[in-house]
Amino acid sequence: MYIIVVGCGKVGYPLVRGLLASGHEVLAIERDSHRAEEVSERLGSVVLSGDGSEATALAEAGAKRCDVLIAVTGLDEDNLMACQVAKHRLGVKRTIALVNDPQNETLFKALGVDVTVSHTDFILAQIEEKLPTQPLVHVMPLRERGRQIVDIRIPPDAAVVGKQLSELELPPDILISLVIGKDGTPRLPNGDTPIESGDEVVAVTPIHQEEALLDALTQAR
Amino acid sequence: MKVLIMGCGRVGAMVATQLAEEGHEVTIMDPNPESFRRLPQNTGVVALAGDGTDHEVLRRAGIESMDVFVAVSNRDTLNALAAQIARFTFHTPRVVCRLNDPTRQEIYQELGLEAVSPTQLVSQMILDAIHR
Repeated sequence: MYIIVVGCGKVGYPLVRGLLASGHEVLAIERDSHRAEEVSERLGSVVLSGDGSEATALAEAGAKRCDVLIAVTGLDEDNLMACQVAKHRLGVKRTIALVNDPQNETLFKALGVDVTVSHTDFILAQIEEKLPTQPLVHVMPLRERGRQIVDIRIPPDAAVVGKQLSELELPPDILISLVIGKDGTPRLPNGDTPIESGDEVVAVTPIHQEEALLDALTQAR
Repeated sequence: MKVLIMGCGRVGAMVATQLAEEGHEVTIMDPNPESFRRLPQNTGVVALAGDGTDHEVLRRAGIESMDVFVAVSNRDTLNALAAQIARFTFHTPRVVCRLNDPTRQEIYQELGLEAVSPTQLVSQMILDAIHR
C-alpha cells in the first residue's frame, strides 16, 4: 500500500517507522523543516518538508495515487483539513485522523473522515486500569452505537458474589461478554456462570447505563 | 443580529467594530486577551478570552443563540475547524470563514462553507490597480 502520513512528531515518527517495517510504501509530510531533516537522517528519504493541510504539498506527495492518508499532527484543525483536502480535492479513498480533543470526534466523522483515533480515550483507560481503587475501566468506546465496552472488577463485599449470572438484576440492554477469574482465566459466560470476588466482568453497555451497571455489580451486600 | 467573531486580529477587530456601530450585538473571542487592545474604547463589543474551537467556551460565548459566526483568526486550519463546529455542531444559521489560501477557499466553498480569501481579493485589487 502507498500511505501518506501527515505529521512526523511523537505519533507520526513511530507510525512511519512501523509502516515501513511492515513493507508499505510510506511518505511523511512534516511542516517543521528541521524535524523533517532529522527524520530523513534516521529513516531515509521518506519525508517531505511541507504543510500537509495544503493541496499543493499533498499533490506533490502523490496523494492522488495513495491508498490511505493518515493525519497525526498535534493539532486537530490541521488533521481535519489534511483529510478534507485529500478527500475532496485529491480523491483519496481512505482518510484516518488523530483526534487530540475527544469532543471533535463526532464532527470529524460527520465531515467525511473515515476513521478517527483518539489517544485520549486509550490513555484514560490505561490510567484507570493502574488505579487500584478504580473498579471500572473503559476498554473501548463504540461511539456511533452509543455503547461502551467496560471492565468491572467485583469487590469482595459485593452483593453479587456467589450468585449466578441469571440471578443478577442488571439494567436493560447490557451484554456480559466475558468473565475473567482472579487467576486470569477467561470464561465465556452463560446463565449458570457464578460471580466470584475479584472477577473481572467485561460487558457491552449503553453509555447512559454505565453507572447503573457499575452499581449493580459492585454494591455492597 | 447577534454575531460571534473568532479571532481579534486586525480583521476581526475591524469587522467587530463596524458591526457594533451598525447596532448589532457583537461578541469577539481570542485565546490571547492582549489582542483586545485592537478594539477601540466604548464600542459595546463583548470581548471574551478563550479557544474558539472548544465547545464549552463557545457555549459560554452564547453560540447557541447567535445568528452569525465569523472565523477570522490568522490560521486557515483553525478557521475551517471553528466554522465547521459552528455550522454542523451548533447549527449557527450563517457562518463566514476566512481562508488565506485560495485553493482551500475553493475547496471549502464547494463543501458549502461561505469562505473568503483575503489573498485572492487583495491580489485581484492590485492587478486591477495596475491595469487601470
